[in-house]
Amino acid sequence: MFADAGAHGPVARGEDPGAWCGQCGVALVDGDHARCTRRAELEPPRFCVHCRRRMKVQVTPGAWTATCIEHGTVERSTWG
Amino acid sequence: MTAQVTGTDILDVAREQVLERGVPLTQEQVLAVLRTGDDRLQDLLALAHEVRMRYQGPAVEVEGIVSLKTGGCPEDCHFCSQSGQFTSPVRSVWLNIPELVRAAKQTAATGASEFCIVAAVRGPDEKLMEQMREGVAAIRAAVDIQVAASLGMLTQEQVDELVDMGVHRYNHNLEAGRSYFPNVVTTHSFDERLDTCRMVKESGMELCCGGLVGMGETLEQRAELAAQLGELEPHEVPLNFLNPRPGTPFGDLEPMPANDALRTIAAFRLALPRTILRYAGGRELTLGDLGTRDGLLGGINAVIVGNYLTTLGRDPREDLALLDELEMPIKALNETF
Ligand code: SF4
Ligand SMILES: [Zn+2]
Ligand SMILES: [Zn+2]
Repeated sequence: MFADAGAHGPVARGEDPGAWCGQCGVALVDGDHARCTRRAELEPPRFCVHCRRRMKVQVTPGAWTATCIEHGTVERSTWG
Repeated sequence: MTAQVTGTDILDVAREQVLERGVPLTQEQVLAVLRTGDDRLQDLLALAHEVRMRYQGPAVEVEGIVSLKTGGCPEDCHFCSQSGQFTSPVRSVWLNIPELVRAAKQTAATGASEFCIVAAVRGPDEKLMEQMREGVAAIRAAVDIQVAASLGMLTQEQVDELVDMGVHRYNHNLEAGRSYFPNVVTTHSFDERLDTCRMVKESGMELCCGGLVGMGETLEQRAELAAQLGELEPHEVPLNFLNPRPGTPFGDLEPMPANDALRTIAAFRLALPRTILRYAGGRELTLGDLGTRDGLLGGINAVIVGNYLTTLGRDPREDLALLDELEMPIKALNETF
């Protein structure tokens, strides 16, 4: 159902981390993203890791959904 | 026991006044509590817990919240990532009705009795009211849970309509004490917020009204918020600890130290002995796991499970396991404190 299953999705995955930080939108090769990594425990991503577009993000009590108009939608459950 | 204990020690006063007689602390007394040192913190939390147990009992009210309309708000609340006036990365988005019902079902599955629908608006327009009509009806038809709402400032007609829809509680926070409010919001006034709170109270809906701490206010202003909430006598007070949001005017503030947050919880409990006092946003960042437990043993008797409006919370199973361990039952649907 979601683009997460395909080769590209707006959210970093092991096999394709993308070029941009999903939290701060800065290039992964630029600067220190350690704080972003910590923040990711309490924040959904806001930027598409492939194109740096700001995503439409919906948070619900048990999940979040992030959509890039170019790279599709990913839903992640946050309960167990 | 520390050497500070004398006949006029504020904790002794609070024990006699609040615990024994049920009389809330005054603003000056709240300030005295907020000024107590870390060496008194455990005694203070223990007293606040006794007050909570005597006037509210051991049950904890569990709630889930969801954003029906996220981002793009015209207001300028300096703590908020959903204001359209700042360069926050949060984009505007609407939740559809099937997803809203799904979120209510997820919440109910945790044993929660409350589901609060929130919108980032100054006040509802006709489109939002239409979504509410449809959404509340769909939830009530499919899920056994009480529906609450938080849609900004209301007109009397909108208050009446929400009552007709079956919304049983309305959230509208004071955000800050009156004297600090202009440092937090400039697009509307403290009195405009009070107007909505009063209309809600008169309507028969339960009023949920709290605020944030850790926004740079003084201890005096924090005590002022507690006292002004006390005057309103809301059914519930959600207590938020500032979670500094990137791009907002308060984005560079440091999160509040955990001990200050715990002292605030206890002080608010002593100012509001008969009110539901809820952990709202920021507890994960400010208190962590250990502090969460201390707060539940220091005056808190309600929690938000799962995620917040734009940020993520703890896995609900961790919170539910903690309540179980503390022998605090989840408040059942329709049970009153
Ligand atoms: S009115 Fe609500 S959504 Fe809008 S900026 Fe203020 S806190 Fe945020
Ligand atoms: Zn980053
Ligand atoms: Zn993209």
